[in-house]
Amino acid sequence: MAGNVFYWIVFVGTALTAIFAAVMVITRRSPIHSAMFLILNFLCIAVLYLLLNSQFIAIVQVMIYAGAIMMLVIFVIMLLNVEEEERRRKISASPAQIIGVVLVLILFAQLIYGVGVYVLPGEWSEFTRERITQIGDIKAVAGLLFTKFLFPFEVASILLLVGIIGAVILSKKER
Amino acid sequence: MELVYFLIETIVKVGLVFGVLMGCVAYLTLAERKILGRIQVRYGPNRVWPFGLGQPIADGIKAFFKEDVIPAKADKPLFVIAPMISITAAISLFAVIPFGGVIEFFGREVSLVIAKLDIGLLYVFAIASLGEYGVVLGGWSSYNKYGLMGALRAAAQMISYELALALSVMGVLMIAGTLNLVEIVQQQAGWHWNAFYHFQFFPFIFYLICGLAEINRTPFDMPEAEAELACGFNIEYSSMKFALFFMAEYAHLVAVCAIATTLFLGGWDGPFNLPPYLSWIWFVAKTGILVYFFIWQRGTFPRLRYDQIMRFGWKFLLPLTLANIFGTGLYMVLTG
Repeated sequence: MAGNVFYWIVFVGTALTAIFAAVMVITRRSPIHSAMFLILNFLCIAVLYLLLNSQFIAIVQVMIYAGAIMMLVIFVIMLLNVEEEERRRKISASPAQIIGVVLVLILFAQLIYGVGVYVLPGEWSEFTRERITQIGDIKAVAGLLFTKFLFPFEVASILLLVGIIGAVILSKKER
Repeated sequence: MELVYFLIETIVKVGLVFGVLMGCVAYLTLAERKILGRIQVRYGPNRVWPFGLGQPIADGIKAFFKEDVIPAKADKPLFVIAPMISITAAISLFAVIPFGGVIEFFGREVSLVIAKLDIGLLYVFAIASLGEYGVVLGGWSSYNKYGLMGALRAAAQMISYELALALSVMGVLMIAGTLNLVEIVQQQAGWHWNAFYHFQFFPFIFYLICGLAEINRTPFDMPEAEAELACGFNIEYSSMKFALFFMAEYAHLVAVCAIATTLFLGGWDGPFNLPPYLSWIWFVAKTGILVYFFIWQRGTFPRLRYDQIMRFGWKFLLPLTLANIFGTGLYMVLTG
């Protein structure tokens, strides 16, 4: 009982903080402040993963997104020395903005549909909650990743390799 | 009732670790100045109390009563928050480091670690990478060109060396087959230390080098490099904010040494079969030796040039740590 109350307090607190941070990301004028609130948002999402008993995803969220990727983003912002945007910009509807708004609306509708209407057709795997607490979350992830989902895993690594080679070629061309 | 006992146990352990760590940090500043002084054939601080033992307290009082200056054009919220990020991350690292075996306490089994996480090592890397924001944001937010240069260098250096740091411990992970630091130590019991028994000596050296780069110590102290950047990222910081950065650096130093002890030197394992409630002695002794090494090498090596550091990280350390993964794999296949 006490655990349940604790769970809800933590969940509501983190969820509200995550929404607050997300709103701050798009309303701040200084890009660095936006980046900082994005980090806060990522940390909140990591806590939500923890509440779902997936330690591995939570820590990877912190390490890859909040740690590595946002460090690169901040690095680039500092290098380019992006100034604060002007307060008032004329709102002119360029085609790109219209497409963007439509895409966001579609994504939002999908989210609502996915959360509220659609029931996920997840299949029960051999990793029940008891088994995961017994062998540990990481071993469950690794076991699936290197047996059942080995092919997608390897294909993803080739995708990343292509990305690296592309980056090298792009940066070489400029010289 | 179990929950209450658990809470009391955790709070006591957190208080203990925090207190000991802060004491260590305070006296490490003195130890470093004394040892560096001896290396440079001078006495070091010796005015406050015998052997200068009161120096850390005097420094603390002085830092506390100094004027706290915030530059007019600084980004105030980030300027204030940056030292907090640094110190919080450095202290949080100790949550998963086991400093002793399991002891009996009023009929209750208490293991001498704050949190026995399954993802212990990943937690260490995640928190350490968050801690770098303190340095980077501190340099950027003070609106100073030297600060900005320091922050840029810090970011670039961390991205480069974090990679090699994570790769250097992969061999240990492969041998241990777990990320839980407590289990890694237990597997090394009885002199089966990873650094020697499992031929992880070179990764141990790589880890120490990357650790030096990670905590921005000489010869890798590019972000602050007094001679060229006049203190770099913390140039505008004064009073307690500067002291927080300073404490964070030493706490992180102790953390890096403690993790090296845990992963490579068998944690609390040692000779004489000490009873469990004394097992922490070995852990503290090994960590202390590594800390001494870090201070000693600071008095020995000159600062490297920035391009040398980047080249060394990407073209030397990274391939070698990758090779170590293959080497360890081969070793595991051959020995079964």
